[in-house]
Amino acid sequence: MSDKHLSTQFDAELSGISTRVLEMGGMVESQVARSVYALTNFSAEIASDVLMTEERVNQVEVEIDRDLSTIIARRQPTARDLRLLIAISKTIANLERVGDEAARIARTVQRLVNSGVSSRLRLPVKDLAYESELAVTQLRKALDAFARLDVDKAVEVLKQDDLIDQEFEGLMRKLITFMMEDPRTISSSIDLVFVAKAIERVGDHAKNLAEQIIYIVKGTDVRHNSVGTVESLVR
Amino acid sequence: MDTRIEFPVTEKPKLSIRNLNFYYNHFHALKNINLDIPENKVTAFIGPSGCGKSTLLRTFNRMFELYPDQRAEGQIMLDGEDILASKDDVSLIRAKVGMVFQKPTPFPMSIYDNIAFGVKLFETLPRIEMDERVEWALKKAALWNEVKDKLNQSGSGLSGGQQQRLCIARGIAIKPEVLLLDEPCSALDPISTGKIEELIHELKTDYTVVIVTHNMQQAARSSDYTAYMYLGDLIEFGPTSDVFMKPKKKDTEDYITGRFG
Repeated sequence: MSDKHLSTQFDAELSGISTRVLEMGGMVESQVARSVYALTNFSAEIASDVLMTEERVNQVEVEIDRDLSTIIARRQPTARDLRLLIAISKTIANLERVGDEAARIARTVQRLVNSGVSSRLRLPVKDLAYESELAVTQLRKALDAFARLDVDKAVEVLKQDDLIDQEFEGLMRKLITFMMEDPRTISSSIDLVFVAKAIERVGDHAKNLAEQIIYIVKGTDVRHNSVGTVESLVR
Repeated sequence: MDTRIEFPVTEKPKLSIRNLNFYYNHFHALKNINLDIPENKVTAFIGPSGCGKSTLLRTFNRMFELYPDQRAEGQIMLDGEDILASKDDVSLIRAKVGMVFQKPTPFPMSIYDNIAFGVKLFETLPRIEMDERVEWALKKAALWNEVKDKLNQSGSGLSGGQQQRLCIARGIAIKPEVLLLDEPCSALDPISTGKIEELIHELKTDYTVVIVTHNMQQAARSSDYTAYMYLGDLIEFGPTSDVFMKPKKKDTEDYITGRFG
């Protein structure tokens, strides 16, 4: 929001809540990164750390939601202020789900470690790390775009979602091959399928966030459209 | 004549304003306004003080002619007939285009006579029909239940909100086609305001309602179309939901989001 309201208090409330969304985004971004780090390093300790932080993420979502209701009740926002607040409401729900995905990965890590599976099985965890790097980058880009209300960057995020999807497909093929070649890996490979899916979902959430940014700035709801259509809608 | 209109509407227009300019002596208060006001809808005019919204409203029934040195140029078509050029008695125009003002203005007479007075100017009704008309107007204005037992008491004894509804009843008693409301709620408490807004919603089935308001939330709540004016220009006009959710002009956005200034 470049220009100011007559009410400086209202400005402070809007920028305050936007900052908290970014903080929450930063939290879940690191949750995903740490949960995947826990996987690649077979660390139950880091995994349980992720699960503890998850509670804090949920708490932040509830707090931001409460502040949103207060601002709407007191300020009766319109136009882009209203769009910003509606978008924030959807965004934090998405971020909370990113946190859930990280927690899901962390629980899988705990299960893998506890079941005594060791790195000797040579599971393709490195590929998962790569997929997660893509997803975390997408999330960071979407949060950057939110901070600057940058539509071009948001469109970029939408365009790059394909990369994660392709990586996910590749991983599926790889894991299936693993299972066929060595049936002992079936159980843990299935776990990794769910992890890969969780990471892929993180990418989807980043995409949803990007769509909300376009809604805030342009006032156009671009959900459920192809990237090409979105590009023509925002030009 | 330039008939290009920047903000066309799809509904049938009741009032079509074309190339309207208005002057207070040498001051150019309305600058080439082009606008269609749809029939049986509520249209709200918003904008900062001095933007010309009340001035525009007062051209719709030639109310400005009460003052010397004020003049309007252009066309205001009511169902295709130019109000400004009309040679008809101006009171006939005002019978078609009724008006309610910011401050309630009950006549110093009984509640009954407040309503009957205007009707008598245009119609000669037998007593029983007049009784029916008064009851009908008071019911339409959602005031009947509160005053039916004291119709002979003075109108000025009513509360502000009741007085304003009395004025609306008086306005609709002569069965106008258009009802102009100039800040009808600015002197009222929130409950009375709510009643009047509810009334506005009901009135639009029979009338075309035009309301000037300082209260943007009121425009958002009670109108179908909203026009934003600034310094005598019509900046934006469109469906209220569009204007408040996604205005086309940055000036409109700045005003309705409170960034103006």
